[in-house]
Amino acid sequence: MTAAALPRTEVDRRPPMGGFSLTYLSLEIRRVLRNRRSLFFILVMPAVFFLLFGLPQKGQNIDQANSAAAIAYIMISLAVYGAMTASTATGGAVAVERAQGWSRQLRLTPLRPPAYVATKVLSALSLSLLSVLVEFVVGSIGGVRMPAHVWLLAGLGAWLGSLVFAALGLFVGYLAPAENVMQFMGPILALLALFGGLFVPLEVLPHVMQTIAKFTPVYGVGSIARSPLTHDFSWVAVLNVVGWTAVFGLGAALLFRRDTARV
Amino acid sequence: MRTDTLAAGEITGTRTPAVLLRGLTKKFGSVTAVDRLDLRIEPGEVVAFLGPNGAGKTTTIDMMLGLGRPTAGSVEVYGLTPTEAINQGRIAAVMQTGGLLKDVSVEEIVRMTASFFAHTRPVAEVLERAGIADIADRRVAKCSGGQQQRLRFALALLPDPDLMVLDEPTTGMDVEGRRDFWNAIRADAQAGRTVLFATHYLEEADAYADRIVLIRKGQVVADGTASEVKALAAGRQVRATLPGADEVRLAALPGVDRAEVRGETVLLHTNDSDGVARYLLTQTDARDLEITSRNLEDAFLALTSGEDTDLEGMNK
Repeated sequence: MTAAALPRTEVDRRPPMGGFSLTYLSLEIRRVLRNRRSLFFILVMPAVFFLLFGLPQKGQNIDQANSAAAIAYIMISLAVYGAMTASTATGGAVAVERAQGWSRQLRLTPLRPPAYVATKVLSALSLSLLSVLVEFVVGSIGGVRMPAHVWLLAGLGAWLGSLVFAALGLFVGYLAPAENVMQFMGPILALLALFGGLFVPLEVLPHVMQTIAKFTPVYGVGSIARSPLTHDFSWVAVLNVVGWTAVFGLGAALLFRRDTARV
Repeated sequence: MRTDTLAAGEITGTRTPAVLLRGLTKKFGSVTAVDRLDLRIEPGEVVAFLGPNGAGKTTTIDMMLGLGRPTAGSVEVYGLTPTEAINQGRIAAVMQTGGLLKDVSVEEIVRMTASFFAHTRPVAEVLERAGIADIADRRVAKCSGGQQQRLRFALALLPDPDLMVLDEPTTGMDVEGRRDFWNAIRADAQAGRTVLFATHYLEEADAYADRIVLIRKGQVVADGTASEVKALAAGRQVRATLPGADEVRLAALPGVDRAEVRGETVLLHTNDSDGVARYLLTQTDARDLEITSRNLEDAFLALTSGEDTDLEGMNK
């Protein structure tokens, strides 16, 4: 069998793009979609939250100052929540793969670490997009009505904002080589979502809490995603997103370098 | 024999060795795991890396694969650095444990791994050759230890490597799993692939390797064909009480390869225990004669753990 095997030339034996391929990406996405636990947190829970907490608000405005529909506000918030959970879980899966020795196994292949991380980020973005779409479909069936550009911009905000959490997931994934990383990340994400105003409007919280909330990582993404609806776009939110992306991204990059340099 | 390595040899007049370790050293703090190890493996050889746990086998293999960086010395795989050899698919490895995703099917993990390489053998072919085509749809988590090990072997077959490295591949397998696994490896090696496997089972080294490299405390203590090691290990020990024994004369007896005199006790290592016993009882005043056989296991223990120095002659 070997005599007829591949020609051994010194060139053309390394894969292009560091081994990145759509085959790997699609298998990665399928892995998450097959995991019932992940599916529950990414797709089912945000939709159920909408039915529980969004639908009863049908027909009401956010408050006297803002005439936008409360139900739309809740839907966008929960889309952000689904997207951030999807992204964090996908990035955090690195921890499981390190614990299982898969990362080590990958070092016996030409797949380059940046291609691995790129696959994880793209897989996180695919799943967060799916999460946003599902939430929007459920919302639209439930009676949310918004202008087309608001759907689009809010969706893009929730989706692309989840990049912050892909970075957070990778950061945690390279920090803790544990199989159960999402078990402790789940409650943390819920707490962050609360401070980010995804479950209740920040305005109902005490003033001190509101101030603190503005510095937590979900706040920026949440308010940017809702701003097409609420018309209260603020540069503070942008600053928040940029800041946390830098913190998580740099943290993940540092840990990633430590991980791949370890020999 | 692989055509490419032959061609390279014909052109340059010297064949590039499959593995060339020179003065390879690895220290972990004050512990020296691998100690100035030299080793040259030619293409097509099936080599057993034999030694007890902690001898430095895995550390050496890790450096061959680029998973560990030598403290000193060098590693070449087909004239390349380990990382380059991996990138080109020249070397592949079956590691002892771990390294598999649990939530995918056998076929999926093979397909996924194939996507990391520029060129691979077809997925169906490697599954077939590793003997796991019938469980292609099974989830990795549901595979037995033996099946998982054959799956690791299938993954290693993908790039059609010139050198296959196996680190204690049958640890934890039952007898049947072990036999099936080695049958697959053996069939593969017959096609000309260079194989290096680490083991602490002497029988495995004996049954499957052309050459055995014995390693102890990070150094090569013996290196020879399986039959050379067997000859070394075979034979019996004749022990007797013989006052005033002449060590030189005893050592010169036919069939005696080692003689030792400790006070009034003589210890003769021989492959002709009957002849030696007859000589001692008829030609000398020897008494309390005892004949014991050294089995392979004893020999291995002596080779790898004792202070014996009689192996130096076997060193290449």
